Amino acid sequence: MPRDVVVRVEELRKSYVVGDVTVHALRGVDLSIDKGSFLSVVGTSGSGKSTFMNILGLLDQPTSGRYWLSGEDVSGFDRDRRAILRNRTIGFVFQNFNLLPRTSALENVELPLLYNGKSLTAAERGARARGLLELVGLGARLDHTPTQLSGGQQQRVAVARALVGEPELILADEPTGNLDSRTSIEIMEVLQRLNHEKGITVILITHDTDIAQYAERIVSFRDGRMVSDTLVESRREAAREILELPPPEAEA
Amino acid sequence: MKLTNILRIALIALRRNKVRSALTALGVIIGVASVIAMIALSSGARGAIDAQIQATGTNVVYVSAGSFGRTGAVRQGIGSVQTLTLEDAQALQEQVSTIAHLTPVVRGRGQAITGNENWATSIEGGNEDYVLVRNWPITSGSNLSARDVLTADKVCLLGGIVAQNLFPGEDPVGQIIRIKNLPFRVVGVLAPKGQGPTGQDQDDIIVAPYTTLQKKLLGVTYLTQIVVSATSPETVEPTAVEMTRVLRQRHKIQNSEDDDFTVRTVEEMAQTRVQLAQTMTGLLMSVASVSLLVGGIGIMNIMLVSVTERTKEIGLRMAVGARTRDILGQFLAEAVTLSAFGGVVGIALGVGVSRGLTGVLGWPTQVTPSSVAMAFAFSAAVGVFFGYYPARKAASLDPIDALHYE
Repeated sequence: MPRDVVVRVEELRKSYVVGDVTVHALRGVDLSIDKGSFLSVVGTSGSGKSTFMNILGLLDQPTSGRYWLSGEDVSGFDRDRRAILRNRTIGFVFQNFNLLPRTSALENVELPLLYNGKSLTAAERGARARGLLELVGLGARLDHTPTQLSGGQQQRVAVARALVGEPELILADEPTGNLDSRTSIEIMEVLQRLNHEKGITVILITHDTDIAQYAERIVSFRDGRMVSDTLVESRREAAREILELPPPEAEA
Repeated sequence: MKLTNILRIALIALRRNKVRSALTALGVIIGVASVIAMIALSSGARGAIDAQIQATGTNVVYVSAGSFGRTGAVRQGIGSVQTLTLEDAQALQEQVSTIAHLTPVVRGRGQAITGNENWATSIEGGNEDYVLVRNWPITSGSNLSARDVLTADKVCLLGGIVAQNLFPGEDPVGQIIRIKNLPFRVVGVLAPKGQGPTGQDQDDIIVAPYTTLQKKLLGVTYLTQIVVSATSPETVEPTAVEMTRVLRQRHKIQNSEDDDFTVRTVEEMAQTRVQLAQTMTGLLMSVASVSLLVGGIGIMNIMLVSVTERTKEIGLRMAVGARTRDILGQFLAEAVTLSAFGGVVGIALGVGVSRGLTGVLGWPTQVTPSSVAMAFAFSAAVGVFFGYYPARKAASLDPIDALHYE
């Protein structure tokens, strides 16, 4: 049974002019990603994977080439249309969490709802944010500010924030880059669970080939080109790995 | 994004830096407070002048001999010529129907002497209608009578200041004072009137029959002034016009020539003081406006700092879907909230300062609702004006650069 395509790019190119030098960050990328799949994008720094992720995330525009998101050609969308589309279809998870300082977990999660144009009441926003924080296991820490949370907990808040707009696509840019291996597995567990249970497409950008193994498909970038596209043979299952881990010394 | 959300975010952001927000608002507070105080001072001064006009009699029109115009090659000052006569006064009384009361006025100065006091003052000669024209009640004793005027009797009324100085603690009525060696019998005391339209103290005066002044004190036949009261405030201007016409005719002044007399209403006499007050207020207002401007620059400065500090936050908001106008609105709302808060506190402070000026220094002040509304609107406008550039800067950030800003 053919699956819907959520992301399709054709001949995607991006170049920057830095001083007198033109940097070709992407030199023609073709890729299509099925709805509900879990994809890893790997590559060293400078491989173009970050540029690729920025374009997929509608934070940047390609110099040339086409990009269809859920069947719609979004290559020529202006700033504000991209902002609206980001709000409704994409959830971001960043390496450094990017939570608003001195703001409670609940309010951080609510943030995207302020911009969705649906004028939800404060109670509705709160209810949705609370539900998602419970989903990521932080139901008891709604009022904690980022400094009162561990790295793993902060990233789970960020995941909840990415989910609050009910996106089709989650773009996770090095989500475990600042986390120890145990919390990394915990975050991957959340992402895998969302992918399984809710059918949300997850694109994981990482330079860590071990982490990439949590996906079902890995594409690798080098020098602005996609150099490989493979299915993962023995996929890592975060939920099972957690059970095998020794019990934590102290729960944060 | 909804306005309430925008305001909520702005308030949260401002509360994070309470001291900084308060100091930034202080610039606007001082600016608005000084604007309010200046307007209150100006309104108060204007009110005081109006009150003096009321006290003098709003309907009063003065005709003085001489004018600011030229007579031949020589310019004549007011009062320096002797062209006003009793016949002029009679003609005015007969020909100008809107005159309610009229008095000829002869003015001189002299030393008033009693047994053991003396006081230099101005002596005004008028008729029995003098106190009616000037709307001046008599507190004790009686008015000059028509007979006193006809017979050039040596009687007089004392202004409050003169009465106090010549007869401290006594009733002057019935007493004798000497002016230039002539004995005058005091028949009445005039009620205190305060400052006149030109700012002189009206109570420092002795009023006697003009005939007495002309014949016995000064030895002149002309009049210094003719003072009339119009029938109502509305007829003041027509009365002045009509009086001018009658006098030009009587003095045989050709169309091309200037008047040899000056007709002025009380309002006109007060004009110079009103203008002076307005000039002073304008000057102080511009100083106050400069401080408001400096306050606005303070807001711009802090907003620029804030935008830089919160670059990452802006990037994140953009990533999760904030549009250009959302970010613009957020920072504009912060600037306007700051300045409007400064406006409200400034208004309160300005009202306090005005009260203080009245209470401590005794300066008349008057805080008008329109000045409060204007100050508030102006402070909000300062926020929009000086907040726009930083907000624009925030809204035009590149989301990727902003997200990765360290």
